[in-house]
Amino acid sequence: MRLSRRAELLLRAASAVTLAFIYIPLVVIFVYAFNTSRVLEWPPPGLTTSWIGEAIDNSGARDAFFTSLEVAAVATLVALILGALASLAVARFRFFGRETISFLVVLPIALPGIVTGVALNTTFTQFLGVGLGLWTIVIGHATFCIVVVYNNAVARLRRVSGSLEEASADLGATPWMTFRRVTLPSMQTALVAGGLLAFGLSFDEIIVTTFTAGAGEQTLPLWIFTNFSRPNQLPIVNVVAVFVILLSIIPVYMAHKLTREEGGASPGRGGGTAVAAEGTAIP
Amino acid sequence: MGRRLADLFHGRPRLQVGALLAGPVGWLVVGYLGSLAILLAASFWTLGELSGEVERTFTTANFETLFSEGVFRTVTLRTVLIAALVTVTDAMLALPLAFFMAKVARRRWKGLLVVAVLVPLWSSYLVKAYAWRTILSEDGIFNWVLDPIGLSGPGYGNVAVWLVMSYIWLPFMIIPVYAGLERIPDSVLAASDDLGAKPWRTFRSVIWPLVFPAVVAGSIFTFSLTLGDYIAPSLVSSNQFIGTVIYSNITNNLPLAAAYTTVPIAIMIVYLLLARRFGAFEHV
Amino acid sequence: MSSDARSARWAWLAVAGLSIFIAAFAVGCGGDDSTDETSAGGEMLTEVGEGEGELNLICWAGYCEDGSTDPKVDWVSDFEKETGCEVNVKIGNTSDEMVQLMRTGEYDGVSASGDATLRLIDGGDVDPVNTDLVPNYADVYDELKDQPFNSVDGQMYGVPHGRGANLLMYNTDEVKPPATSWSAVFDPAEMEKQKGKLTAYDSPIYIADAALYLMNTQPDLGITNPYELDQEQFDAAIELLKTQNEYIGEYWSDYTKQMQAFTNGDSTVGTTWQVINQLLQADGQPVQADVPEEGSTGWSDTWMVGSDAEHPNCMYMWMNHIIDPKVNAQVAEWFGEAPSNEKSCEFTADPKHCETYDADGSQYLDEVYYWTTPVADCGDDRGEVCKTYDDWVQGWTEVKG
Repeated sequence: MRLSRRAELLLRAASAVTLAFIYIPLVVIFVYAFNTSRVLEWPPPGLTTSWIGEAIDNSGARDAFFTSLEVAAVATLVALILGALASLAVARFRFFGRETISFLVVLPIALPGIVTGVALNTTFTQFLGVGLGLWTIVIGHATFCIVVVYNNAVARLRRVSGSLEEASADLGATPWMTFRRVTLPSMQTALVAGGLLAFGLSFDEIIVTTFTAGAGEQTLPLWIFTNFSRPNQLPIVNVVAVFVILLSIIPVYMAHKLTREEGGASPGRGGGTAVAAEGTAIP
Repeated sequence: MGRRLADLFHGRPRLQVGALLAGPVGWLVVGYLGSLAILLAASFWTLGELSGEVERTFTTANFETLFSEGVFRTVTLRTVLIAALVTVTDAMLALPLAFFMAKVARRRWKGLLVVAVLVPLWSSYLVKAYAWRTILSEDGIFNWVLDPIGLSGPGYGNVAVWLVMSYIWLPFMIIPVYAGLERIPDSVLAASDDLGAKPWRTFRSVIWPLVFPAVVAGSIFTFSLTLGDYIAPSLVSSNQFIGTVIYSNITNNLPLAAAYTTVPIAIMIVYLLLARRFGAFEHV
Repeated sequence: MSSDARSARWAWLAVAGLSIFIAAFAVGCGGDDSTDETSAGGEMLTEVGEGEGELNLICWAGYCEDGSTDPKVDWVSDFEKETGCEVNVKIGNTSDEMVQLMRTGEYDGVSASGDATLRLIDGGDVDPVNTDLVPNYADVYDELKDQPFNSVDGQMYGVPHGRGANLLMYNTDEVKPPATSWSAVFDPAEMEKQKGKLTAYDSPIYIADAALYLMNTQPDLGITNPYELDQEQFDAAIELLKTQNEYIGEYWSDYTKQMQAFTNGDSTVGTTWQVINQLLQADGQPVQADVPEEGSTGWSDTWMVGSDAEHPNCMYMWMNHIIDPKVNAQVAEWFGEAPSNEKSCEFTADPKHCETYDADGSQYLDEVYYWTTPVADCGDDRGEVCKTYDDWVQGWTEVKG
């Protein structure tokens, strides 16, 4: 598309404004991680790297970090399995209620987190009478992570024709063999991308977690929530936040690279980047 | 054994579908919808006289309270309006950047920009909310920048909630819009040029209709996430929103809180149905 | 209609049917659950055995210091060393939160104020306390024992911790002349000067503070006890709070948020606890706090044992520890309240602490209106027309608008 100089400049300016809007608060967080004062005032009186050491030593933060990793890993696994199964059914078959599946899958993430959280909490404590613990957190997370895996998988399966699988069946392969040798390889990067997104979603989730976590365990967001206001812990929280942001660049980049090669790059469509992006859209 | 199973499934697509869907649908219907049903059931319960504990006796009193007390209407209206405003704001912020990424940027930059947009998704929601709390505070950056000109920042309140929510959910809008714009073939845009349309005309008549479903898809997130949030709004405002009212009533009056959750649920279901009508659930 | 739409409709019907079935099941199943009997029952410990190695507490901020706020302020680590009970502290910001947390059954004990104690006792969430097993109980001030908010029919349900009054805090640079009356936060003429910078405690129990102000400014309403409000008195209090709401900058329940607000200048005047005032002054902030001329609401806290406590022995050991004269003195000074143990007065670093905080209640503490749960029974000849805590909760939602 041909843009006049003026139009292109306006476009660039608007894009820059949006990017600036996104990153300025992150820069603020970054600066506070090195703030000498324990209170968040602006401008910060001085800069120091001493908080980094304190953050590493802080057992509460470390435990919470690993708890978050555990929970996210298990939730992602569950979401991968359930999401993949659902996507196979929807993309490869026509049946009664097919449209509704997409609706159903997106519901946990479309309904406000507090509704999901209160519903699960009420079910666990009032109806089932069970205590809250790590596994209740996992159940909550897996439920709303299914959709991101599902979206990525369905998007990929729709791009890859089902005729390969038919051919495989014609050649005498059992459904399981067809899945393992034909379907899975063609969708595995989509699954990985979906899995990474699900992992990120679970890792950062706070609202549903507040309602499904027991007294003993803390995920990292819960730890941040309880510690952000404690004057002694505040700078450590900022360091932890910066650490997580920097750490996340790797999986995000990986997801991006993985999906850009697959998915049948069509001319003028920028291929994989769109597919990766679609993972967070509705199918 | 594998053969036996395969024979069982062969030629029986319904069985195959059933087997595939048993897990996910079972989980979602029994686990999730079941929980929602229980929440709905709880909205008909009541509290013990002195202890304040939940008693499972049937009553519609909670719903009566919701309709008779004006405060619930006020809060709902306020939240819905801000959610709508946030959605519009995010759409306006997302479109230029997404278009730049999809159609104007060179290949190399495109990848970097996608990563640049996705990374903030991973930075802790909480830390972002607290960062904004300090940015907007009396001694914060906003005032620090505007004071010399004699203006002052918005401080805490509804404007602050609008700003913060627009900020936090923006990536959720950028990504589907970007995907939607990517799907538009360059040839279509070239054709529009050849027919003599100026960029704005092309946008209005060609791009916007094509990208609209993607915008609606993104809006589902921005609207719903703003509708139910209680953490960020309570950090930058002392006004009440749907999320904060539900949250503060969970401790004292679970049945009332449960009854009030039916409001955002109903709103979102309507929104989702509308979104489906506008094609947000399709893709090319 | 297309087959997809038709199938979608069937699917929805099936889902709706299933949900209704579950809902009916949930409603029908369980009509006579627990809560109807006044559960003045529960098991009481007969002897304190070995420590179980762990203790989960719900504490008011500043009650269970383990050195993480200030390394010199720590009475938890010694306890852990002596008894082997590792302490996990959950800070409750309001009584409502504490009640909610206790109900999960995951905690062994709680430092409950009067507006939580009766709810916990009645709900069966706490057990009676065998005071013979708490040696230091003998030295607790008599006027804190066998009170309506911590005992039922002569049976103690907890161990008194200490008591104090809510204070009015103000920024000495911004609020001139100094605020010595609650009118600073209730009288529109005075509130106007600090518009948008007022703060108030975010809990329905704050309605009592409005009622207290009305006791002094509108005596013809006839309010004698700010927790016993009939419809007319209640409505007047709510009106007053709605007016105040227009001048409020933010409500607070997390003490560190209030500290931040006063430090950043977002709040300049409002209700507070002494511990917050002391922490701010230690930080060099220009603040001052006092009991205003009209008197104040306050709290008298009690340590209670959870009925589902997994570590009751550790809890009894903790209760004995926290009212130990030396420890009680430390807590009382750190938090800024009157200790519950008579002997603590000899151990306070400031020898005049007990006098300043009126530990024996002779000066003003006996007139403080301690947090208690509002009930329908007015306790006088009006009968059962007073507003219950549920009404207060609803009123509070209305106030915040």
